[in-house]
Amino acid sequence: MNLAGSFYLGLAYLRRQRAKTLLLTGALTVALLLPVAITVLVGEAETHLRSRAAGTPLLLGARGSALELVFNGLYFTKPEIATRPRQETDAAGRDGLATVIPVYARFSAQGHRIVGTTLDYFRLRGLDLREGRPFARLGDCVVGHAVAEAAGIRPGDAVVSSPEAVFDLAGVYPLKMRVTGVLSPTGTPDDRAIFADVKTTWIIEGLAHGHDDARQVDESQVLGQEPDGGNVKLNASVVEYNEVTESNLANFHFHGDPGAFPITAAIVVPRDEKSRTILLGRYQDADRLGVQLVEPGAVMDDLFDTVFQVQRLVVAALVLVGVAALAMALLVFLLSNRLRAREFSSLRQIGADPGTIRLLVAFEGVFVLSASAVAAALLAVVLKGAAPVLVRLLTG
Amino acid sequence: MVSCAQVRYRYPGESFSLRLERFETAAGETVAIVGPSGCGKTTLLRLISGILTPQSGEITVSGRSIGRLSFAERQRFRIATIGLVFQEFELLDYLTVRQNVLLPYRISGTLAADDGAEARAAALLEQTGIAALADRLPGELSQGERQRTALCRALVTRPALILADEPTGSLDPENQARSVALLREQAGAAGAALIMVTHDPEVLDGFDRVVRLPDLLDRTPDAA
Repeated sequence: MNLAGSFYLGLAYLRRQRAKTLLLTGALTVALLLPVAITVLVGEAETHLRSRAAGTPLLLGARGSALELVFNGLYFTKPEIATRPRQETDAAGRDGLATVIPVYARFSAQGHRIVGTTLDYFRLRGLDLREGRPFARLGDCVVGHAVAEAAGIRPGDAVVSSPEAVFDLAGVYPLKMRVTGVLSPTGTPDDRAIFADVKTTWIIEGLAHGHDDARQVDESQVLGQEPDGGNVKLNASVVEYNEVTESNLANFHFHGDPGAFPITAAIVVPRDEKSRTILLGRYQDADRLGVQLVEPGAVMDDLFDTVFQVQRLVVAALVLVGVAALAMALLVFLLSNRLRAREFSSLRQIGADPGTIRLLVAFEGVFVLSASAVAAALLAVVLKGAAPVLVRLLTG
Repeated sequence: MVSCAQVRYRYPGESFSLRLERFETAAGETVAIVGPSGCGKTTLLRLISGILTPQSGEITVSGRSIGRLSFAERQRFRIATIGLVFQEFELLDYLTVRQNVLLPYRISGTLAADDGAEARAAALLEQTGIAALADRLPGELSQGERQRTALCRALVTRPALILADEPTGSLDPENQARSVALLREQAGAAGAALIMVTHDPEVLDGFDRVVRLPDLLDRTPDAA
């Protein structure tokens, strides 16, 4: 048996049969990599989602899907979830039991979610400003690191909210917001969000607006006035401001009670464990109250219980697919060797012993399998490194 | 060089049997074996080369009794002592011409031990006029070029004996005589004995001896 000769002939054969070798190696690499990839990605997603949930004590929002509430309040997705009046969520902070931080994550600008909140949110998440200062007045905003990087935004620039319906006259109009600061990178959904005071998001919604003083507009624009010097009703020809500036700031006003204005979620930070228990007890009857108080960590546990069940099934299925792929590869080898009977006969007649020929065949099989395993391992390492980015892209 | 005596061989499960009384060649001799198809010419070459082992009788090559060697010893002996040229050349289609010529060394694992092997392969390619094709694959060669590649492979180990099994069988008439002349010439230059099997009387000129195989066979009814 001649080991070197077998390797030489095996390599020469594989090199000449490049397409077949690459195809087999590729198929086996995918078959070996997929179960690992699923496990790595799910593991990374779990770490990513759980760490965010662990940093959020309680979350309050409209009754319904707890998962959608968590995704909106923590990851700023699911903008379509039901809203609740802010005063309902603020009620959780009465009696000094907790600090309540509103989150209104419904609108977007340049593909990034606009999150209406308060500066308490920055303290809760430990967010630092890389440049500039926090928002201070209506129309100000602070952009996340990824938003600034993607659009080249710096303090002093502006971002414009996206209209919800371009041709809907009664819809949400774009608001040009002044960027006052850029956040340091965090590796969380905060990097891809635009933060503004919750009142600014109510302007985007149309619940507050600014226009020229109604007492100074042309008479033809006045439809009437409520008795005893009440609100003046103007027609649609009065142009609303689409930007808050120092000069028009005083002309912005709310129509209605701001306490009744909507938010999508509220982060509740209990004062202590006892307060937490009291609050959880108080909000047990979500159906009657119309709001639910959830523990994001527990919601994520439920989610991952389901995900892991599905993952086990998927991995089992992929292992079966892998076994099938291996069987197919073996079949290809056997059929290929049958086609090479003449070549093996030539080698025997020239003087090769059967051991050398068996070694040649084994070498080719082991080479393809090893190359597949090495490629799968390398890709798994690359995937492991890229998993945080991939998971952030996939989970939004 | 080669001595066969009272050799009996029957293919398993087949009625054909070869019963050879006696056949001998001297070192450096060129012998052409002729005979009708099916008379056992190829079987005789396979017996001499040790690819087949006779049920009885004795075959010696360079003083070694082929039948007394183990399988592994026979394989090693064949690579070292015998150069084979097959009718269909039996080139490996994934090796270049140069790699095919050096194949016996690769199989035996002795390329590193023989310093002159690569130079000898290059010289043989030059002498046979295919040096320019050294890096081509067999699929890119003509029949004549393949035949010359197979000849170089048979000669590269400097064998004492060259066995050629109808090497002109797949060549056009013009190339047949040229190829046989080349075979004789190269065997003569290497000092090797040449036994060539053919059924083509046109290529027999120049051989030291022409043997009709049927004349060497035992014609008595087979007792088996």
